[in-house]
Amino acid sequence: MSPATSLTAIGLVIVATIGIGLFGLRISRTTSDFYVASRVVTPRWNASAISGEYLSAASFLGVAGLVLVNGADMLWFSVGYTVGYLMLLVLVAAPLRRSGAYTLPDFAETRFESAFVRRICAGLVVGIGTLYLLPQLHGAGLTLQTVTGAPPDVGAAVVAVIVVINVAAGGMRSITFVQAFQYWLKLTALALPVFVILIAWRSVEHPVGVLEALQGAGAEWAEPLSTAGGRDHPLYATYSLLLALCFGTMGLPHVLVRFYTNPDGRAARRTTVVVLALLGTFYLFPPVYAVLGRTFAPDLVGSGADTVVLELPGRIFPGTAGDLLGALVAAGAFAAFLSTSSGLTVAIAGVIDQDLLRSRLHRWTSGDYVAVNSFRIAALLSMCVPYLAFLLTGSLSLADTVGLAFAVAASTFCPLLVLGIWWRRMSTTGAAAGLIVGGVAASAAALVNVVGGPDDGWPQALVGQPAAWTMPLAFITVIVVSKLTPDKIPAGTARSMVRLHTPEAVDVDRGLPQPPYRSS
Amino acid sequence: MSTPEGPRRVRVTSPRTSAARRPITPTGTREIDEQTRLGEVYMHSLIQSQLRLALAVIGGATVLLGGIPLLFALVPATRTLDVLGVPLPWVILGVAVYPVVYVAARVYVRNAERIEAEFTEFVGRQ
Repeated sequence: MSPATSLTAIGLVIVATIGIGLFGLRISRTTSDFYVASRVVTPRWNASAISGEYLSAASFLGVAGLVLVNGADMLWFSVGYTVGYLMLLVLVAAPLRRSGAYTLPDFAETRFESAFVRRICAGLVVGIGTLYLLPQLHGAGLTLQTVTGAPPDVGAAVVAVIVVINVAAGGMRSITFVQAFQYWLKLTALALPVFVILIAWRSVEHPVGVLEALQGAGAEWAEPLSTAGGRDHPLYATYSLLLALCFGTMGLPHVLVRFYTNPDGRAARRTTVVVLALLGTFYLFPPVYAVLGRTFAPDLVGSGADTVVLELPGRIFPGTAGDLLGALVAAGAFAAFLSTSSGLTVAIAGVIDQDLLRSRLHRWTSGDYVAVNSFRIAALLSMCVPYLAFLLTGSLSLADTVGLAFAVAASTFCPLLVLGIWWRRMSTTGAAAGLIVGGVAASAAALVNVVGGPDDGWPQALVGQPAAWTMPLAFITVIVVSKLTPDKIPAGTARSMVRLHTPEAVDVDRGLPQPPYRSS
Repeated sequence: MSTPEGPRRVRVTSPRTSAARRPITPTGTREIDEQTRLGEVYMHSLIQSQLRLALAVIGGATVLLGGIPLLFALVPATRTLDVLGVPLPWVILGVAVYPVVYVAARVYVRNAERIEAEFTEFVGRQ
């Protein structure tokens, strides 16, 4: 792989990202612009942006790497990432948009009328966001290392700096355009090499029986539930993973913030349908890389599996064609890190800004500050913790780490949102208890994994894929505690239900005269 | 325009017109606003219909998706079944699920919007 071509391509992505970010800067003026693009982004733009933001290092590099090593069971990752949006669509999309809140802590505070629940949510947003940012930085380091041989710290630092500049400069409005652009770039970067390979093989004699990697003896990895790659209890792990991905998506902080940019509940639903089409198209390609990798890059199965997408074009087409395709793929990978990290940074910064920083800044400067500056400082802070964590942790499987972030989200925000939206007898104490129990259990499992947990048997399966027990635990906690504390059901629950579920066309009292914009 | 000959028309009005005028706001939304028993029934029925629809989609997904690992576990032959040179699990998980999920989403949205349209018409018309 030629470093010059790839570096040029990565440079172009960075320039385009900052360029579109600057274009956004001219129309970002007020704080609400920064957070939710003033809610005037059209469904098609928004769907591209949601997909662009969602397809992270885990999807672009990690899925192919995991399938390459562990085989067919890992195909559930891309299935789960997609079905997560179906669950989000049917359970929370429209009500969440109608809630009138623009961050998860806002939703929790207005629904449960409690500053305490709000603070727990704020902490969880920062925690899940950090857990999700970590693999993005690892992916960036890995990509730059594969392309140029530079140490991983360099790539991670590049992504961290660009994301902070971009978010601080333009906020949400500019990243809407950035991310819509990045979805199409990522799809092209992944799809084009596959098509080129197929066309090349049509014109010449089929060089290797690629599909043989999937068949017959020696193809044990291609069978589901095969424990290839040394993962025990595959049936449990499959169900637990599926549960985490299907119900974790709705609880990811950057996904939720994106939904507030829809003009109304109906648009939120329609946007989600478009997102499902875009994601389904994208996920057709990573498994192709894994199958090709079995034939053309078998050495990566042992180590460096996450680089298979980057390595493959150069190995199949030595020479200029391989260089160009490799550069395209590297550019797509960088688009993946930049877009997901930007979205996460906006979400985390929004929470740090509102819940930690603004009131303190107000006190320290005796009111002499501009709200937008508080957001900019928050953007910087929200990248510092994941970067430190990146420096401290060793190599992790990209898709596995992201899977843990999903598991924490499925065990905390999923019960909060699903029961909060559909169950009128949920009490504030129940909400707090569920968040704490689910959050502690799932975070503990995630932490054990990041630090280095048990290697085999049930302990490894239960800690490696915790959602199957942490998520039901959180749901049961909420339900039992709510039943025990009926006097703690929020007084405004009936009004909240009206706000969450009535279509905008019906003229009723929604309890909030206008969305709770705190500043401006 | 020529008017035919005959007695002039006399407009007959009731002195109580204004008293009998119906309120401008539809009563359905007022019931909801004032949180009467009837208003609660309206909201309850809306939420229940939407919840039933959501649970139907989730139930379908659970049976279809959740059944796949079970199928592979219970009928080992399906793990290697050949479909045009590609094993069945790769066909299902790599390709076939996505259009199914998309169609499910389309059907869901159509039904959810129908429920909302009926609700809007019902409470707006009372």
